[in-house]
Amino acid sequence: MMEKKGLKTEGLNVGYGKKVVLSGVELEVRPGCVLTLIGPNGSGKSTILKTLTRQLNAMGGRVLLTGEEGDDWRDMSTMSGSEIARTLAMVMTERPTAELMTCREVVGTGRYPYLGALGILGKEDWQKVDEAMEMVSAAEVADKGFYEISDGQRQRVMLARAICQEPEILVLDEPTSYLDLRYKLDILGNIRRLARDKKISVIMSLHELDLAMKVSDEIACVDGEKISKMGTPEEIFTGGFVQELYQVPKESFHPLTGALYPHTEKLSPKVFVIGGAGSGIPTYYRLLREDVPFAAGILAENDLEWDAAKACASKVISVRAFEPMDEEALNQAKELIDECEAVHCPLTTFGPLNEANKVLRDYARQCGKLQ
Amino acid sequence: MKGISAVITRRIVFFISMMALLFALAAWNVGSGSIALSLKEIGGILTGEVREGAAYQILWNIRLPRIFAAIFLGGALATSGFLLQTFFGNPIAGPYVLGISSGAKLVVALTMIFFLSKGVHMQSYGMMAAAFVGSLLAMGFVLLVSLRVQKMSLLIVCGIMIGYICSAITDLIVTFADDSNIVNLHNWSMGSFSGMQWTNVKFMAWMVIITCVLTFCLSKPIGAYQMGEAYARNMGVNIRLLRILLILLSSLLSACVTAFAGPISFVGIAVPHLVKLMTKTAKPIILIPGCFLCGAAVTLFCDGIARTIFAPTEVSISSVTAVFLAPVVIIMMIRKKENRG
Repeated sequence: MMEKKGLKTEGLNVGYGKKVVLSGVELEVRPGCVLTLIGPNGSGKSTILKTLTRQLNAMGGRVLLTGEEGDDWRDMSTMSGSEIARTLAMVMTERPTAELMTCREVVGTGRYPYLGALGILGKEDWQKVDEAMEMVSAAEVADKGFYEISDGQRQRVMLARAICQEPEILVLDEPTSYLDLRYKLDILGNIRRLARDKKISVIMSLHELDLAMKVSDEIACVDGEKISKMGTPEEIFTGGFVQELYQVPKESFHPLTGALYPHTEKLSPKVFVIGGAGSGIPTYYRLLREDVPFAAGILAENDLEWDAAKACASKVISVRAFEPMDEEALNQAKELIDECEAVHCPLTTFGPLNEANKVLRDYARQCGKLQ
Repeated sequence: MKGISAVITRRIVFFISMMALLFALAAWNVGSGSIALSLKEIGGILTGEVREGAAYQILWNIRLPRIFAAIFLGGALATSGFLLQTFFGNPIAGPYVLGISSGAKLVVALTMIFFLSKGVHMQSYGMMAAAFVGSLLAMGFVLLVSLRVQKMSLLIVCGIMIGYICSAITDLIVTFADDSNIVNLHNWSMGSFSGMQWTNVKFMAWMVIITCVLTFCLSKPIGAYQMGEAYARNMGVNIRLLRILLILLSSLLSACVTAFAGPISFVGIAVPHLVKLMTKTAKPIILIPGCFLCGAAVTLFCDGIARTIFAPTEVSISSVTAVFLAPVVIIMMIRKKENRG
């Protein structure tokens, strides 16, 4: 049994026509691992993937794959088309033309590099087709026309087609785009399983950062000129690096939860929201939509809604994590309530740690501002 | 598994009925015409018992070569249409639409007049060569444009324009040519199977059979190419080589047709759609032989109509194919839109 090596690039330059988009790309995916490319639109993720799948010519450097004999790394440019086809499969964003083809037939085209001169699938090939469709739970659409099924189903079929090609390396360009929640999770689950069970090296691009963090073993950040950072999700999603990559304010994205918050101008607050444990978030978003500047408090810094408040509210009265709300915070909040026209209190549960919020609510009621 | 056997049955039924239809049409063409032949006469001639007389001349030297020519050239037209539609990924691509026939016509006209001015009568091989060069030139031009524009609909427009330019130049030449030349060229450019000789038929049979067999051998990569270039390349297809082969084969086929029968419209566009509709597949391994058979049958039918409807006067074959096949193209386009949603 040959030893799989995965895929590696050395000083790869990629681009369109004569224009180099990214230079010095050094990537490596080991068998059983998932490498995800993240980066803004137009940063060159697809350009890299198209170069790996030979839709674009490399403009310098090398792409290395395991050779068929498995002895050592082999330069992709020295390998024959069908040799590469048995090693590397792809699922791209553009859909294939599949006139009058059933899904089963589309999946069957994955067997192409293994077929004889006339391209007729044997019994064993069809068995592999059915297994692949089973694996991505697409068996029920097997006899349907490829154009008759939903985007999500189609993506499953394309993945089955790639599996059928029995590759060592799988390249996917935004496999989750246009898919709903269920299919997103489903496709990514399948990709992880492929990597784990079949020891396939997966390299893909993703727009959903939260998903990238969950499914990737390694992440490479593409910034339009080069690979600006590479590492485990833990390394990438700490500090403000991702926000810098996408050129968004630091508080607009929460790396750990993957939550996105709209950016707002910090005007002087007109409404005060007493929240906690996530109860205030719907109110924040409503006020945001209505263009009403607001303040929020009192929140501990480890509160579920602290990040949302920080991003959306003009001002947040907070106390340190795991500490009770002190006199000082209470007084600050009271001052803010005096300045505001109205107070909302979506919070309904009070305990020893947030007693101050109960005091605030009573204070607002006394002032006649509680809505 | 039930679905699969139904599909195979459908295909077998298609091929058998196509063969039967072709045979029936050939029989009809043998018997009908300005002079009707009786079954007994036909039987006698075909078995070799009768070797002289008017009936023998009509059947052996006029009708039979013509029938074989219609079969081979019709099959070639449809196969060439299938190749061009695959190559351009466009359902209305065909030798006539892309200006290939007009290009061939221009070069045939030029060489015909050139040789006649020198007092040399052009042989069928010369016509063939001229038509082939003309087809390749027109095709080459369309290809050059295709490298610059990505949109295939633009390419079709471009092909039609090339067709107009070629026709205009041909007309210009005709204006200044001798009357005898014009008659020759006009007869040719009407598109007709009349006056076919056994030597021509032998030559075209070899050409068409070899080209079609080569095309059939390319079924596998053509099937991959149908899915789109990116996927074909990922499957290990040598795209550049395949493209060159596709163009070469389809040009050879359409050149052969244009050289011997002149420009014939619509068979190349419509037949592949008809075959797809009947076999419910787009697989080249089915479509290439299917198109050949169906193209042969359709052309034989249209030629039969062309020579019998106003007998003894013959109608140009393109008039007949247009009347029967243009509606087919329209219906296909509408259906296709609906299917894709």
